Parts: sequence; C-alpha cells; structure tokens
Amino acid sequence: MDPVYFLLLFPLLPALVLLAVRNDRVRTAVVWASALIVAGASVWMAGRYYTSEYSLFDTHAWVGTAMSALKTLFAIAVAIYAIRRRRFWIVLIVAAQEALSLWFEFSPAVRVEEPLNLFADKLAIAMVLIVGVVGGLIAIYSLGYMRTYHRHHPELKDRRPLFYSVVFVFLSAMFGIVLSNNLQWMYFFWEVTTLCSFLLIGYTRTEEAKRNAERALGFNLLGGLAFVGAIVYEGLTMGTVDLRKLLVYGASGYDVLVPVLLLSFAGMVKSAQLPFSSWLLGAMVAPTPTSALLHSSTMVKAGVFLLLKLAPVLAGHASGTMVVLVGGITFLVGSIVAITHSDAKNVLAYSTVANLGLIVACAGVGTSEAVWAGFLLTIFHAVAKSLMFLSVGTIEHSLGSRDIEDMHGLLVKWPAMAITIAIGIAGMFLAPFGMLISKWAAMKAFIDSRNVVIVLLLVFGSSATLFFWVKWLGKIVAVLSHIEPVHKEASLDEGTALAVLAGATSLMCVLFPVVSSYLIEPYLFGVFGPAATGAIIAQSNITVMTMMLGMVVVIPAALYLFMHGRKETIVPTYLAGANTRDDRYFVDAHQEPRRVFLSNWYMTGFFQPERLLRWSGVASILTMLTVAAIAVGGLLR
Amino acid sequence: MNVNAFLAAYGVRILSAALYVLLAPLFGGLLAGVDRRITARMQGRKGPPLLQPFYDVAKLFEKRRVSVNKLQNFFVVLFLVFLVFTGALFFAGGDLLLFIFAFTLAALFFISAAYAANSPYSAIGAERELLQMMAYEPMVLLTAVGFYMATGSFQVGDILFAKGPAVASIPALFLGFCYVLTFKFRKSPFDLSTSHHGHQEIVKGITTEFSGSSLALIEIAHWYEATFLIAFVALFFVWGGNPWSVLLGLGVALVVYFLEILIDNTFARVKWQLAIQSAWIVAGTTGFLNLLVLTLVQGGAGWLS
Repeated sequence: MDPVYFLLLFPLLPALVLLAVRNDRVRTAVVWASALIVAGASVWMAGRYYTSEYSLFDTHAWVGTAMSALKTLFAIAVAIYAIRRRRFWIVLIVAAQEALSLWFEFSPAVRVEEPLNLFADKLAIAMVLIVGVVGGLIAIYSLGYMRTYHRHHPELKDRRPLFYSVVFVFLSAMFGIVLSNNLQWMYFFWEVTTLCSFLLIGYTRTEEAKRNAERALGFNLLGGLAFVGAIVYEGLTMGTVDLRKLLVYGASGYDVLVPVLLLSFAGMVKSAQLPFSSWLLGAMVAPTPTSALLHSSTMVKAGVFLLLKLAPVLAGHASGTMVVLVGGITFLVGSIVAITHSDAKNVLAYSTVANLGLIVACAGVGTSEAVWAGFLLTIFHAVAKSLMFLSVGTIEHSLGSRDIEDMHGLLVKWPAMAITIAIGIAGMFLAPFGMLISKWAAMKAFIDSRNVVIVLLLVFGSSATLFFWVKWLGKIVAVLSHIEPVHKEASLDEGTALAVLAGATSLMCVLFPVVSSYLIEPYLFGVFGPAATGAIIAQSNITVMTMMLGMVVVIPAALYLFMHGRKETIVPTYLAGANTRDDRYFVDAHQEPRRVFLSNWYMTGFFQPERLLRWSGVASILTMLTVAAIAVGGLLR
Repeated sequence: MNVNAFLAAYGVRILSAALYVLLAPLFGGLLAGVDRRITARMQGRKGPPLLQPFYDVAKLFEKRRVSVNKLQNFFVVLFLVFLVFTGALFFAGGDLLLFIFAFTLAALFFISAAYAANSPYSAIGAERELLQMMAYEPMVLLTAVGFYMATGSFQVGDILFAKGPAVASIPALFLGFCYVLTFKFRKSPFDLSTSHHGHQEIVKGITTEFSGSSLALIEIAHWYEATFLIAFVALFFVWGGNPWSVLLGLGVALVVYFLEILIDNTFARVKWQLAIQSAWIVAGTTGFLNLLVLTLVQGGAGWLS
C-alpha cells in the first residue's frame, strides 16, 4: 500500500477500535502500537517521497461523493447541536457554508476540470513528520495523563474512548490537509479538524468547556466559510479548484487577490491570529494533551501551513501586507500579554499565539528568506511547544497547580522535570537554541523586505518574549534551603514522551542546518526556482553558535566537577537583619515571624492586557477590512 | 585549509579577540577608576586612587568564601565566561546580531544567579534587571538593523571598512543608542537593578547576595562589558579601516562616557514605568524615523557598502 493512503486511512482503524475499548490495559496497548505505527508510517512516507514528488490525479469518483456526503452529515449534526444550544450565529454560518458548497458541487453552471487531488512536496513531508511523530508522542503521553486526570477529577465522566478516537481522527485529517492539493479535499479535512477540536475542547462538558468549544467551532467555521468562498471564486473564474494552479496563476500575473485573501483569512483564523485568538485561549479548559495537540502539531499548524503555501503569491501584494501586519501585531501583543499571566498554560498559549503571528508574518512577506524562517519556526515550535505543554501537564498533576509561582525552586524539588522545562524554555527564545535561529532569519527577511513597521513589531515583541521566559526560568532555578517532597506523578507514558521531545528539542539545535539543506532549501528551490536563497545564516555564524552550544554543555559540567567539592560557608539570605528561625522567616512590624514570599512581576496595571487585546483586535480587523475593500473595489471595477 | 591559509584568513580576527580578552580588564578597570575620580570631583570630593577598582577586586578575592548557595556562584562563572565570549565575538569582527544574542545569554546567567539566591533583595534586583533588558533590547536590535541598512552588513569586520562612518546615515539611532547606554552602564536614572549607593530601597539589588570572589568576578565581568560597549559606540564613527577614524570613535565614546557620568550625578533614579516607557518611545521613534528615511532614500542595499 502506498504510504500516503496508509497515513490517511490507518488512523481511522484505532479511532474505531478505541471507541469500543473500555479496558485501560488494552487501550494503552492499542494507543502505543498505533502511535508508533503512525510515526513510523510518516517516516516511511518521508523516505518514499523524498526524491520524487508525489502526486495523484484520478481517484474513484465515489471518494469525492463520500467526502461530500460526510461533510453534509457533519453540517447537519453541527446545526442540530447549535440549535439545541441556541447558538444561532453558528447555524447561520453552517447554513451559508453548506448552501455555497452544495450549489458549487451540483450546479450545472459550474464547470471545473479534474484537479490533482493529493500532492506532497518537502513542506508537506515536514508537516507529515511533525504530525506523525509529535502527534504520536502526545497520544502516548495522554495515556498516563488522562489516567491521573480522572483520578484527580472523580466528578467528571470518563470519556476516554471518545477522546482517543477523536485524537486519531484528528491526525488522519491533519495528514489530509497537508497532503491535499484539491482544495475541496483540503476543505473537507479542514472541517474535520474543526470538528475534532470542538469535541476535544468540550471534553469535560462543563458549561465553560462547552462555551469555549462552541467559540472554537464558530470561529473556525467562519474561516471555513471563507475557504468555501475561495473555492467557489476560483472555480467560477479559473475553472479549477487546484491549489498549485492557483499559485501558478498568481505567479504569472493573474489577479488571484480574492481567493488568496479568502484562504489567508481562513488560515489566520485557524492559526489564532488577532482578533480570533480567543478560540485558542479558550481551548485551555481541555485536558493538557489537547492543548499540546492543538498548539503544536495539529490545528494551528494547519493554518500556518496553508499560509506558507500561499507565501509566493502573498509576496508584495495587498493580501501579503494584510497578513504581515496582522501577524506582526499578533506577535507583539501576544508576547506582551504573556507577561501579565502567571498560569503556565496561559503563558504558553499567548506565546503560541505570538509565535504563530511570527510565522504568519513570514508567510506574508513571502520572500524565499522569509519562508525559510517561517518553515523552520514551524518545525521548532511544534517540538518545543509540545514539550512545554506536556511538562506543565505533568507538573500540574504533581504539584497540584500549574501556576508558575508554584514552580518556585523546582530545580531543587524535582531536578529532572526542571531541566526538561529549562530545555523547552531555552529552545523557545535563547541563542544558540532552536527558535532564535528562525527569529534571527525572520528578522533578516523582514529587513530585506524593507518593511520598517514589521521590523519594529518584531524587535519589540521579541524583547517582551525575553521577559516572560526568563522570569519563568528564574522561578525554577531559585534554590530553596528547605523543601517539602513532591509527589511525582509521571507515568512511563509521560516520561517517554517528555524524554523523546526534550531530546528532539536539543537535537534540533545541532541538526537545523541538516533540516535546512535537506527539507527547506529543496522546497524553496521548487517554489522560487533560481531566486531561492540558500543558507540564511552564514556558515561562520553557525560555527560560532555550535561553539556556544558546546560551551553551554561543557562549561557547566566542568564547573560542577570543579566546584562540587569546594568548601563554602553557606549563610542565610539577607533579610535586612530581621531573619528569624531560618531564611524563610523574618520578623514583621508586629514582632511576629512572617514567611518570605517572592513573586514575579506581571505589570498588569502597566500593560493593561484587556485594553491591549481589544485595541489590537480592532487594528487587526481594520487592516483586514481595508484590504477587503481594495479587493471588492477591484471586483466592482 | 592549512595553517597558513587559516592564519591569513583569521589571524587578525583571532589576534584582536585575544588582545581583547587580555587587555579588556585593564581598560575596563581603568575606566572604572577614572569614573570614580570624576564622580568624586563632581561631588566635591577628592576621590580614590586611580587603581582603586583593582585594589577592591584583589581584596575581594582574599575574602572567605561565603554564599547563600552554590548554584549562584556557578551562574556567576557562566556569566563571566559568556560575557568574555560576547566581547571576543565583537572584537573578532563577528556578526552584530549574534553578538547581541550572546550578550543576552550572558545577561541571562547573571539574572539566574540572582534568582538562584532566592532572597527578596536579589529577586527584586533580578526582576528589575530583566525589565531593563526588555527596555533596552529593542533599541540595541534596531541599532544593529541600522548598521546593516547603512553598510550592507551585520559583520563588525565589514562595518569597519564601510565607505563612510555609519553615524552619517543613522544619526538618530546613535542618539537613541546613547540613551539606552545609561541602562547598560547601570547608571542613574536607570540604575534600577543595582544601586551603587548603599542603604537604598533595594540595598544592592541584583548583587545583594554576592560576596568575595563571586562579587569580584561580577566586577571583572562589568569591566569586560564596559570595554565592548565603548567599542560599540566607537563603531559608529569608523570607516574604510582608517586608524584615525578608530581614534575619533574612541574619543567620541569617551566623551559619551563622560556625559553618562554627568547624567549619573545629576539625575535621580526613575520609576520602572518611566524607564521602560521612555526607552521604548525613544527606540520606537528614532528607529522608525531613521530606518524609514534609509528605506526611502536608498531603496536597495546600503549606500556605504
């Protein structure tokens, strides 16, 4: 069997089986086996189609019909649910979507040539690897996590069969999105991921969970509506629903503004750009593996994948300017708002929103350099962010809190977990680690695109990024002289996933030039031709960074050996001479011993996150409306 | 590549970096000595001997090892090592952005040392130091961008041989950079994280819990830091590899440093809100205007390249 078909179809098997399995042992075995098979198959696919680009033209007609029928069934189900929950705006969107897409499929007036259905280039291969490997690891992790989760929350109904089933359907749909070239196929898978995320976010079925799940559903259906609009427009004006043709037409000077604009809109909603970020932030109510899945390997990555695909036609056009500005604003605002939160999952969520903004901005700039940066960011972010989310999940179960303040002194309490988190944090923003390299490349690309505004947004945003990561790191490295033992809740499943992801995050720092020359550069060459840039980061700088990486590893080890045995007088910390008992207490104004409590800065009053989010959302909408007005103006003329 | 070819290609760079590693403490220490003399004169005192900073550090090394935990000393050593590395990168003619990132990494170790101490005073110092970093980072990055747009390269080695002094095309960025230099030199009104005057609200802020050899290492690190900051200011004025322009740059840098001392002695410390607000406004306006003008005027690559 062809690995592409295998990837699309195989996950449906465990999805069906797991729906019926109630025994935890059996489930564990099935999930482990299936996750390993999916990860293995994605590597198989990557190897198989690395040298030859895969493309599939004709399938049996019933495949399309089946998809169309399923889609209509989903729409009816969503509509019924929305009516029962009295969410009429969702009904309206679904109805509009379905009417448009049914008309397009069955109207005799529409004549569309047979498109190329599936297609795999190097970008798709990278995405398949991310979805397969990271997604598989998250599935494995969730086994241990969900077990503990239900032990800690006896009040919640155990819906794990549905949970695991949806996770595997999600993976299959993600493979579908990244491998589709027929926009109607992609749209089908697009809607399936929307539905899956709705089911996962609403897992606990509390009122809050339902509300947030409905918001995610509604927003992404709105994006889906734009997607249908793009299909209809492309079909009517160009007689095709082929994504590659759209890009070719765009590159050769045809006016593709309207479909590109609509697809960009769909992509920006899915990748949680302002003002639509709230659906991703609301997704926080779900169990942590869901957040990890949505934030790292699936869902939001579908959005940036589509935008990166569109990058060549966005470059230098009005639609590109819109995408750049919305992405830039999202990056800056997301980074600043992350400062004001102490809940680890919130911080991670805003950091995701910000990073996605950066990738989106890269796609909007659309030059070869910028796409290089966006591509690498996508890979790094998937690995490092899943590591962070999963670490927070395990810490939450062990400490009973996911507040960063409660991670005070984690290095002493639980060194292994502290180091895992430190790897994740370093990977997110610090030289010589992962993300920084792509941020650096993004900066060069932005400068070379001569867009001063996006350079400013990037520069201020990355300074804010620095603040919230370092203060988190600082909390962890504080050395407590007296500790209460931690009840460590890390199962084998969780430990395995964390160890592999931590290893992958570290390895990526060393291997990124390999990823660049074997995946990214060939892709750029395929898209931009001879104009494609090679290495953005000069070899001399890579050498220096490798040196730094070596120093970061070797020097601490050497210092440890050197300083370990050294005699040192350990004294209590300075408390203005008012120490009492030990360095945890001081004498207060009433002559009573009072416990020292150290807190990080959040500066909520200074940054005013609500106001900031509101106004940046307005700015984002205005940007979109302006460009939409230009497009409509062009149509009328 | 054989040894001769390697030396021909990198000899000057390695030599320059090595000279920096050896001589920067001397220069930085002397600068600190001069600073203390001038400050004393401004305050109507005679001031300590010129070599006082060296005596201080020598004495610190002789003190008994006392600390609140071992981890903090560990971070201090990392801070020094990476700071020296950062400076060496600059003097070897390396990439300005990489230099800034390495600087950030070094500063992170310093902040971690203060966090590791887990004391209220050092924690406040760490938090304020972090705030200061957030305040000055945009300006520093924009300055690097300005150098790139003016000279067509991020490499210090290339900027030295530009066709004209960078300051001619990025004068606003130069002024902005001088503004945030006050943060970098930890001088009033932006000495939020460390206070050089005892018995203030944060005692000694970020360095509260350091003593003896650790404190000495921090002091030496600051000498290294001061040296490459002076060199960074001088870089604005160097062109065509002209030695006289290097001297001119150095002269201007020393004048800037004198002004920093003057400001230090005439301004009270500001609140953190004003510190970050003003630094961001300065970075935003000078950066935006200067870069916009450069983009509009030249369009293509740097006209000094």
